[in-house]
Amino acid sequence: MEPVNKIHSIAVPLLRDNIDTDAIIPSREIKAVSKTGLADGLFAGWRYRKSGGREPDPNFVLNDPAYQNARILLAGANFGCGSSREHAVWALKEYGFRAIIASSFNPIFRGNCVRNGIIPIELDSHAVVAAQQPLSVDLPAQTVSAASGEVWHFELDDESKSMLALGLDAIDLTLLRQRDIEEFRAQDSKKRPWAYLEAS
Amino acid sequence: MGRSTLFQKIWDDHLVADLGGDTSLLLVDRVLLHERTGGVALRSLAAAGRQVLAPQQAFATMDHVVDTFPGRSDKTMMPTGTAFIAATRDATKAAGITLFDLGDSRQGIVHVVSPEQAIVLPGLTLVCPDSHTSSQGALGALAWGIGSTEAEHALATSTLRVRRPQTMRVSLTGRLQAGVTAKDVALAVIGRLGSAGARGHAIEYAGDTVQRLDVEGRLTLCNMAAELSAFTALIAPDDTVFNYLHGRRYAPQGAAWDEALRSWRQLYTDEGAIFDSDVAIEVGDLGPMVTWGTSPQQAVSIQDNVPDYASVSHRDTRDGYDRALAYMGLAAGSKLEGLPIDAAFIGSCTNSRLSDLRRAASLLRGRRVAAGVKAVVVPGSTRVKKDAEAEGLDRTFREAGFEWRESGCSMCFFAGGEHFPSGARVITSTNRNFEGRQGPGTRSHLGSPEMVAASAIAGSIADPRKYGA
Repeated sequence: MEPVNKIHSIAVPLLRDNIDTDAIIPSREIKAVSKTGLADGLFAGWRYRKSGGREPDPNFVLNDPAYQNARILLAGANFGCGSSREHAVWALKEYGFRAIIASSFNPIFRGNCVRNGIIPIELDSHAVVAAQQPLSVDLPAQTVSAASGEVWHFELDDESKSMLALGLDAIDLTLLRQRDIEEFRAQDSKKRPWAYLEAS
Repeated sequence: MGRSTLFQKIWDDHLVADLGGDTSLLLVDRVLLHERTGGVALRSLAAAGRQVLAPQQAFATMDHVVDTFPGRSDKTMMPTGTAFIAATRDATKAAGITLFDLGDSRQGIVHVVSPEQAIVLPGLTLVCPDSHTSSQGALGALAWGIGSTEAEHALATSTLRVRRPQTMRVSLTGRLQAGVTAKDVALAVIGRLGSAGARGHAIEYAGDTVQRLDVEGRLTLCNMAAELSAFTALIAPDDTVFNYLHGRRYAPQGAAWDEALRSWRQLYTDEGAIFDSDVAIEVGDLGPMVTWGTSPQQAVSIQDNVPDYASVSHRDTRDGYDRALAYMGLAAGSKLEGLPIDAAFIGSCTNSRLSDLRRAASLLRGRRVAAGVKAVVVPGSTRVKKDAEAEGLDRTFREAGFEWRESGCSMCFFAGGEHFPSGARVITSTNRNFEGRQGPGTRSHLGSPEMVAASAIAGSIADPRKYGA
C-alpha cells in the first residue's frame, strides 16, 4: 500500500447522514471476484440516470464539473454504515479519493479505509463545507486546513496513523510477532482445548 | 481482581499483545467466509503467497449470490454469480478450509449455519467479512464483522489488530406481549438509539426479556446490532445456550464438554462492573414494529402513523427525512397499517430460522395470500428447510400461496439477479430498508415474520395480532 501523508484537493460535499455501503457501491456493481474494476460503480444508484446504466445524472454532485478529480469527500454522520463490503472503500480509492471527512464513521468502514490508504477524518463536516476550498489534509500534523486559513485538528489513533503514513501492511507487521502468537496458542490450547478444532 | 464485564473477560482471554494506544493483538478462534467477500480474501491471500495458519478453524458457505430457486445449480440469475461460487470453491479447497457447498446438507446463511453446527461457542472470538456477524454474540461469543483485508489477516495469523471498543449495556425488561418478538425489540432499540446509536460499542444485551428469549430470538436481536453501527452485541450464555449447543457437530463432547461448560459458566458480567454507557428499555408495552423510511431507525409501532418531522428531528436531518418519505411514497401522518403491498418476503440472517417459519406458518394455516401479492419464503439453511418440511411447514406456506425456496440470502439484497420491481412496496423480515436494497426503486418495510405473513394475507401492512399471532 502506498503511503499517504498530504493531500491538497477540492472536496466533494455529500453531507447526507447514514450513507450506507449499498449506496456507495450497490451489490449489483460488484461483478468480479476482485478488488478492482469498481470505480464506475461508485454511487451508481445516484450517479446515473438508470439502474445499471452509465448516463450521468447531472443533479448528482459527483457529476458536477466543479468537483472533477477531487481527492477528498465530505460526508455526514455514520458514513459507510450497513454492509461490511470492502468494495465500498476499493471503489472510493479507485475513483481517486484519499481522504474522507465525516462527522462520524461506521467502525468496519473506518477500518477498511485505514487498510486501503484512505484517511478517515472525523470532523464536523458541516463546518468544513462552509470553508473556502480547496482543502489541505496533513496527516502527520493531523490537520485539515482551508484556503481561507481555517484549520481543524482531527484525532487519529497511532496504529491507524502509522499504517497510513508509512503504507504498512498489517499482516507483515503482525507476522513479526509470529513467535508470540505461537506461544500464546500453545498455552491457550491447554486452557481452552474446545476452541481448537482438529484437522479433519 | 476488578469487576469485569462479559466483553472484558473474553477480550482478556484473547489478548496476545498490547500494541500501544488502544489497539491490541487479539487471538481469533474462528474465521467464517462466504462466496461474496470470502473468495476475494482467499484469492488475495494466495496471490501474496501467504498460508492460512489454522484452516481447520475456518469455515465457508455459499449464501450471498447463489440462486434460491428449486433445482438450483452453479448457474445464477446474477450475471457473474458463478464466478464467485467457483472462486470460493477453488480457494477453500486449496487452503484446506471446510466448505458448506451447494448440495451439502450443512449449507445455508453463514449466521444460521454457524450456530447450527456449533462452530460458534461461548467465549470464542469469531470474525467474518459480513456486518451481521454480531448475530453470533447471541451464544456468548465475541463475534464481529470485518472487511476482506482483515479477513486475510485473520486467516494468515489467527489474530487481528483491534482497537478496543467502548462497552454499552442495553437492559431490556418486561414480558413481551403476544405477537411481539425479538425483531420488534431490535427495531424498537434502533428506533430509540438511532442508526449510529451504539457506534463502535460492544453491546451487552441483558435483562429479563433477553433471558426469556430462546437462542433463535437472541440471534435476531444481536443480528441487528449492525444497524446501530455497533462493534458487536453479545449476551451472557446460560442454560438456554448450553442446551442448544449440546451434541451439535463442532461442540466439545463428553469430558471435554464438561470442562468447557465449567469455563462457560464464568462468562457473565460481574455485579457492579462498569459500562461506558448503560441504557434501560422497558419493552412490556411494545407493539409489533414496522419501518416507514429508508433507515432502520425510522421504525414505529404498527398502530402509529408516519411521524411528522418535529418528532424525529432529534435524529433525522430534514433532508434525510424528506428524501426517505419521497422514496417511500409516503407523507407525514400516512397510516402504515392498511398500506397496500406488492410483495412479502420472509428470509435473511435476521429471521429465517425454524422458529421464525413456524410462527409465520401458524398465521397462514387455512388462509390465502391476497391476490396480486408476490410472497416468498427462503429458509435460512438447508437444515432449516429440511426440518420445516418434516413438520409440513412447506405445505402450509405453499397452500397459502408462498413460494418455498432453497436456502440463501436471496432477496434480502439485490446483487444483480432476482429482485422486486421498481416502486414495489415490500413487507420484509430482513434487516435493511435502504434505498434500492431489494431492487432499484423497491420500497422495503421491515417487520417480523408474523407481520410479513399477516400482511401477505391482508394485501396490506397488517398487525399480526389481528391474525392470531
